[in-house]
Amino acid sequence: MLEIKNLHAGIDGKEILKGVDLTVKAGEIHAIMGPNGSGKSTLAQVLAGRDTFEVTAGEILVNGEDILELAPEERAAKGMFLAFQYPVEIPGVRNNYFLRTALNAVRTARGEKELDAMEFLKLIKEKAKMLKIDESFMSRSVNEGFSGGEKKRNEILQMAILDPKLCVMDETDSGLDIDALRIVANGVNALRSPDRAMVVITHYQRLLNYIVPDVVHVFVDGKIIKTGGKELALELEKEGYEEVTK
Amino acid sequence: MPGVSAYESTFAELEPGLRKEDPTWVHDLRRTGIERFKSLGFPTLREEEWRFTRTRPIAELDFRPAGQVATKIDEATIVERTFDDSHCHRLVFVNGYAAPSLSRIAKQSGVWMGPLSLALKERSNRVHTLLGKHIELNQQRFAALNTAFWTEGVYLEVADSVVLDKPVHVVHVTVPGSAPAMTHPRLVVIADRSAEVTIVESYIALDDAPYFTNAVSEMVCGDNSSITHWKVQRESTRAFHIAMQHATLGTSARFSTMNVSMGGALVRNDVHTILDGEGVDARVDGLYLAGGRQHVDNHTFIRHAKPHCHSFELYKGILDGHSRGVFNGRIYVDPIAQKTDAKQENNCMLLSDDARINSNPQLEIFADDVKCTHGAAIGKTDDDAVFYMRSRGIPATDARDLMVYAFASEVLERIGEAALKLRLEDDLFAWLERSRRERG
Repeated sequence: MLEIKNLHAGIDGKEILKGVDLTVKAGEIHAIMGPNGSGKSTLAQVLAGRDTFEVTAGEILVNGEDILELAPEERAAKGMFLAFQYPVEIPGVRNNYFLRTALNAVRTARGEKELDAMEFLKLIKEKAKMLKIDESFMSRSVNEGFSGGEKKRNEILQMAILDPKLCVMDETDSGLDIDALRIVANGVNALRSPDRAMVVITHYQRLLNYIVPDVVHVFVDGKIIKTGGKELALELEKEGYEEVTK
Repeated sequence: MPGVSAYESTFAELEPGLRKEDPTWVHDLRRTGIERFKSLGFPTLREEEWRFTRTRPIAELDFRPAGQVATKIDEATIVERTFDDSHCHRLVFVNGYAAPSLSRIAKQSGVWMGPLSLALKERSNRVHTLLGKHIELNQQRFAALNTAFWTEGVYLEVADSVVLDKPVHVVHVTVPGSAPAMTHPRLVVIADRSAEVTIVESYIALDDAPYFTNAVSEMVCGDNSSITHWKVQRESTRAFHIAMQHATLGTSARFSTMNVSMGGALVRNDVHTILDGEGVDARVDGLYLAGGRQHVDNHTFIRHAKPHCHSFELYKGILDGHSRGVFNGRIYVDPIAQKTDAKQENNCMLLSDDARINSNPQLEIFADDVKCTHGAAIGKTDDDAVFYMRSRGIPATDARDLMVYAFASEVLERIGEAALKLRLEDDLFAWLERSRRERG
């Protein structure tokens, strides 16, 4: 599903990603763990196509196709989804309008028919219920005045609606109390499927008790330096990055 | 340069024949108007109030009063260029003259609505207490010029406790001829005690030629009455539009005015709102779109003259190309106007590096127990938000349009007339598409 080969990227001439290699197959969940400032979020943003970062070498292949030249919206149409670490507030744009516009843009690009208002309403009701999101939430401006937990749930709601093939979650667990974390994790687990791949970027092992990964990577100073099974996360938690990466 | 003297000689030549049938006081008022204009002359950039707006292009052209033309406008044109106003009363003026064939008004008890010329016959005494009475002709030179030259206008009087059954849509159409023409539309509204009125003003043109619209609106909102007013200016891109709006609000009045500006090469709006009774609730909103080399200047003045009044002002601008915006928001709180609650916001979005805005809030507060706030923000489209939307599959241009729409919607949302609101939303998207094309 996703193949990253020797990816180098940076900003203003400063290299942040220093040769990332990662292969994620359909049906798998990979966790990327690493200390602050190691470049995990940069990797997420580069995957989604943020042009403030310059890719200087390497490839990103999604189902064998190089996506580096694609615009963010084209990547979304191909099934890429990034749950933001800091979801952006968009005053004046209603959540349901935003989501319907996005969904129909993606559906049109995928050659599917647009959903009308009624069909969309039905879909959103079902997904909102799963994520315990109040319906009043949908008529509010995107993320404006949302609590941290509401913002993160909104990200997962968007993910559920847009039905991506490749989900990248950037610190979706940060700032959540345990109840909110359970809700978010349930939402993510409900989306696990044999034809979908997920990459979970996190700082804390806690999330992985709820979203159990197939593979854990340790990310330090712009690259993956160690890969293992889910037990690697526990080891990291107990020993700390320094010990594990020695 | 023709300048002031040209207006003077035009006046001398026309006045004896200008609406001869009007009462003497109207003729006297016209003469006062031209005198005031003569002594004040065209403004210069040295005047504080006109620091950023050059009126020389107006002074340089030899504008002649627009002539009465055989109407080549039909019903469909009005709707197409304004909005679906089928549920409204409508008064249309072409080149400053009433166009009864395009107008439709129904009689309602307690309501006098129609051309100002007719009101001067049927409601002369009342009109006398209103026309030119609230505007300071000693300072407002263009209002003085309008007072000298107006050919026709709207008079709307709604009696005690009467609610006007439908909104009134006033349409000013300019059909420019071969020479630069000027019109001086006038609107006079009086809502008596506990009366309620909704008014929409539209300014449109049939051709893209230079002409000069110099409008004056005078509104009086009686005790406990309500006036809701939207003005939509869609002049041609070569037109000059100068407008003076003055509202005097009585005790417990509710007043809401919105000034939407889309057309015109040079636009200047003076919006004066005087809260002259206790417990007034006033809303003063504006939205201006400008591109190319358009220049839009909004000067607002809100005076809290009595205690316990609330005013909220929101002006938003979207500027593209080499356009220039000017916003001057003056709020004046009299010493006796305690417990005033005044809030002003002026935000502007610049879509190009060459567009400019001069924003100047001006608070003069002479009472000590008041709440007055103002804020101004100038920005571009938020790159983070655009990326966020694109990452969800929304194409870049749609994402940017949506950002601008969201910005404008805070103002547009306040339009209670659904048909007008929908129309303005469509206009906004059409404008965005056009400006994108012009940018290339």
